[in-house]
Formats: sequence, C-alpha cells, structure tokens
Amino acid sequence: MKSTRNLLRAAFQSILKNRMRSLLTSLGIIIGVSAVIVMVSVGQGSQKQIEDNINALGTNLLIAYPGSASSSGARMGAGTRVRFSFADVEKLKKEATLLSAVSPLVMSGGQVIGGGKNWSTIVYGVSTDYFQIREWQVEYGNFFTEKDVAAKRKVAILGKTVANELFPDQDPTGQDIRIRNVPFKVIGVLKAKGQSGMGQDQDDMILAPSTTVFYRLKGGRWVDMINASAVSINDMDAAKEEMAAILRVAHKIEYGQEDDFTVRSQTEITEAVTETSRTMTLLLGAIAAVSLVVGGIGIMNIMLVSVTERTREIGIRLSVGARASDIMIQFLTEAVVLSVSGGIIGILLSGAVIMILDKFTTIYTAVNPEIIFISFLFSAIVGIFFGFYPARKAAAMDPIAALRYE
Amino acid sequence: MKTIIEARQLSRIYRVGEIDVHALRGVDLTIAEGELVAIMGASGSGKSTLMNILGCLDRPTSGRYYLDGREVNSLTNNDYAAIRNEHIGFVFQVFNLLARTTALDNVMLPLFYDRSHRIQDPNTAAKEALRRVGLEDRMDHEPNQLSGGQQQRVAIARALVNRPSIILADEPTGNLDSRTSIEIMALFQELNDQGITIILVTHEQDIASYTRRIISMRDGQIIRDIAVPQPRRAAADLASLPPPETEMIKEVRP
Repeated sequence: MKSTRNLLRAAFQSILKNRMRSLLTSLGIIIGVSAVIVMVSVGQGSQKQIEDNINALGTNLLIAYPGSASSSGARMGAGTRVRFSFADVEKLKKEATLLSAVSPLVMSGGQVIGGGKNWSTIVYGVSTDYFQIREWQVEYGNFFTEKDVAAKRKVAILGKTVANELFPDQDPTGQDIRIRNVPFKVIGVLKAKGQSGMGQDQDDMILAPSTTVFYRLKGGRWVDMINASAVSINDMDAAKEEMAAILRVAHKIEYGQEDDFTVRSQTEITEAVTETSRTMTLLLGAIAAVSLVVGGIGIMNIMLVSVTERTREIGIRLSVGARASDIMIQFLTEAVVLSVSGGIIGILLSGAVIMILDKFTTIYTAVNPEIIFISFLFSAIVGIFFGFYPARKAAAMDPIAALRYE
Repeated sequence: MKTIIEARQLSRIYRVGEIDVHALRGVDLTIAEGELVAIMGASGSGKSTLMNILGCLDRPTSGRYYLDGREVNSLTNNDYAAIRNEHIGFVFQVFNLLARTTALDNVMLPLFYDRSHRIQDPNTAAKEALRRVGLEDRMDHEPNQLSGGQQQRVAIARALVNRPSIILADEPTGNLDSRTSIEIMALFQELNDQGITIILVTHEQDIASYTRRIISMRDGQIIRDIAVPQPRRAAADLASLPPPETEMIKEVRP
C-alpha cells in the first residue's frame, strides 16, 4: 500500500515537472474520452427523442393499414384494392375484448379557408374514440360527441398549426371555416404535440367526425385506416392478433389466404425507427473511440521520447538500486496516470460540452453513466497498453550505458 | 582488518563491432574495511571498468568477485540491484542528480528502492545524511540552485543515506575547481575517519595524495599498488588557502 502510494506520488511528481508536455500528451485521451461521451450522449438523446415522439402518438396504439404488404395487385384484380369500412370498425368495437378503443380514420386533403386566410392541410375523419387513442387534449373548446358523429355534423377541431395559420393569436372556437368549400364550424383547438419521430408536424391537421368526412368530403368510398388502443401494453401482441383475426373474418379471408391488410403495433413502429438511430449512435461512438486509440498512440509516442530523454535518470535510479522491474513499473504508472487523468479531464469536459448543448442548442442529449464508466476504463486500458512498450524499453537499459548517455 | 573486496583474475572483454576490447586483463585486488583507496590511470586503462564491476553495475567476463565475503558472480540482476542499494554508494564526476528535484528528494531516492527496510524513516535519514555533508540548510534547493561543490555534496549524501559499506567515487572532483576539490576530499577523509570504505578513481596526482593507498592501472592491469604512509590532510590544506572569495562570486553567477 505504502509503495503504491509512493509510486503514484513519484509518477505525479514526474508528470508535474513537465506540465505542458503532460497536458499535450493527455490531450489525445481528453479529446477521445469526451468525444466518446458527447457523441454517444447526443446519439442516445436523439434516439430517446424519437421514442418519446412516437410514444406521443398514443400508447398501446395499434394501426390497421389496408392492403397486405405481400399481396399482388394482379391476383386481386386491378382497382379492387380492399379498404376498410365502417362495418369493420363496428365489428371490432363489438367483438374485440383486448381493444379499449377503436376509431376509423378517413383522410382527406384539401384547402381550408377561414379567418380571411387559407391553408392546405389534411382532414382526419375520426370517431370520438380517437381522442383517447391518440391522447389528444383540447386547448380551446371541446371535442365533438358521438351525436355529432351520428348526425354527420360539420364541426371541426383544428390542430395547433392550422389554428395559428388561420386565426393567429386568437381562440377560433365558433368561427366558420370552409374545407374544400364545405362549411364547417370550429368547436375546438388541440393542444400542440410538435414534430413526430418521422419529422412530420402532428399539429398540421384538422379532426372532424368520420361520417362527415366520409360522406361530405370523400363521397363515401372507404375508411383509410383503423386506429385502436390495446387495453394494456402487456397485451399488445394478443390484441394485435385479435384485431387481425376479427378483420380476417370481416373480410372473409379463408385459412391459408393472405391478409388484405396489415396490423402494426406502436412498439414495432418505435423499434423500426429507433433501430436507425441506434446504428447512428454506434457509428458515432465508434468514430470517437478511434480518436481514443489515436490518443493512446500519442501517449506511447511521448513516453518513448520521455524514456530516451530520461535515460540518465534511469541510469541514476539503477545505480542506487532500482530493479529493472521498478523502472518498468515507474514508466507504466506514469503512462496510466497520464491516461487516467486525461480520462477524468475528458469526462469533466464532456460534462461541460453536454451542458452547453443542453442550454444553448436544441440538440437533445441523454447521458448514460455506463458510457462514462466504459470510456474511463478504456482510457486506463489505453494507458497500460500503449505504456507497456516504452516502459519495457526503459527497463531493458544497461545501467552503465544509461549513466554515460549524453 | 576485515576484507571487504576481493577480486581474483577479473577480466572484462567488450565486443565493439568485430573487435574484442580487453578492458581488464586478470586483475587481482583485495581491499580491507576502512581503507581510502585511489585508483589511477590514463583514460582507457580500465579503471572505470574495474569500478563498475566492483560496484555491481557490470559483470566480469571471467574471474571471481567477493563482496563482504559473498561471491557475487552467480547472483541475479535483482540481487545486484539489492547490493547496489544496500552495500554501495556511488558518486559520479557529473554529480548525476535528478533535475528539478530538491536535494532532500534526491538524497531519499535510494530509500525508495530499499527492500531491506533497515531504514525506518526515509525523511529523517535523508536529513541526517545532508547534515553529515554540511548541507542541512540547502535541503529544499534544486540542483540548478546549487554550486558544483554543493551538488557533489548532495550526491555524497545520497551515497551515504543507505549506510553502505563502500563508497565508490568515479572522478568525483573532475568537474570541480581546485579549492572545491580539496573540500570534497576533506569530506571523504572525514567520512573515512568514521569508518566508511572509500574507493575513488582519479587521474589527478593531487587528489590521490589525500588517500592512503594508490593503485595504478595501465592497459587493463594493475601496474603498481602502493600505500601512502602519511596522506595529506585536506582540512589542513584548506586552512592554508586564501579565503574563498572566488567561490562566493561563483555562487552568485550561475
């Protein structure tokens, strides 16, 4: 213990005798460690941001899309791509035990005129379940009711973006707008959700009763999608199976035939998107790790110079009774102290950089304690690995030659 | 008197390229405890090689070497390191102090490698050694703040700190002016009076005249080995010299 302390003390003394050079030597490690931590934190931050955004779509979300991904148009006949109907939705509502809410989604694009302005957006025709499935909340006014849906009332709830475009800085509740020349009354404005994981503005849309959009805007052709909520996150897979099974019956698909629709769960969508950003994080981390290795080579370089420069010191130490192993340990300790100090400074530096990023930029960061520990450990290993060769070179010196070295 | 060094037919051959250089050719030498010996000779006479072998920094090509009655030829490198640490103190012509390191830390250096744990308190031992060479008030000075003579005193303190049985000095006055040289010789004589065996290599007859025995070498062999019945006393010579004004000027200017 005492000798370990002496060794560390000697290493620190020797490092402090050459402050500038020691700093420059450690710089590679400092930059390497902080690069690894910052890069991985930014990568994981954006990953987390994407996950958060996707989860903001609504938890336990299940989406049924029309048309099987593997079905071929030729076999099904040209122009007969199957969409969903209100009957499908009703069947799901009646028969599904694992779905807590089901809503059709009738989509219609179009020019919206209101407040003396106009805006091109998309109109979602939905049932009242939709608010629950997507966890929407109103900022002004109210949601429409089941009565509104049944009566095909021309009422609309504006997304925040649409509200801002048509009626800036005011509550548009009660105002009249025209969607593709069909008059609607604004009954509410949704609270903003911001961008989705895919970069879409989730607030650039209008919600209206599904029936209204179906019959007044689209001319009663089909339901584009079905959104549903599973009763719990643990039942997602079972709920997805149940939803698919009911739709197969509704669409009269026999055993062995391919589905003419696809059901995706929230988790699957999340995974697909986060997979990309995870790869990105890995890539960033790997590039930063390379700089850590380069930093290690820098340490080796300077240690080799230092061994040559301190040849006489090595000779003196040998002459007063140091063993070759003592010299070896001394230089190895110095290399490790240099790299570990560099690692610690690197961690502090990365902390500062991350704080600056959080404070002054919109870059999202997520600091993982694991990555701090790993990069610190890596810096110590780099010190041992790249300190070994110079240390061995120092230890192999002949005392007489070392003492005579000019 | 107890024999401390006994060398039998020591030879040392260096291979320089294709040529064998015979640095030592069958040296027989016996030195008793408490002696103050000068080894003289021109450069290339083999005196430094002999010194290195006696100091366990180098091994003879052939021949036997007994230190303190112990045959050291067959010992391992680590045993050699231990002998250098515990039995031998080196003093060099160029002082060989660690730069940017205080006198006290320089003197403590051998204790850093002391595995025998004979010395309990390195700090006290180092201060005591510095006191013995008269530098107790310069302990915190670094080598570049000390004069040549003072640096050599620090080196002698470092050689003393492990209480060695022998001090080996290789041209210890070679880089010093004549007055400082005599001061260093006075210190060696004082230490020798306290019972420490001292062997020094020199090519200056003046310096050798302060020792009790002069061994002359030529071409790797001892050609003369004479006792000095009445060595000069360096302390007395110092007293007869004019006051050290020049030395003081030298201290002011680096």
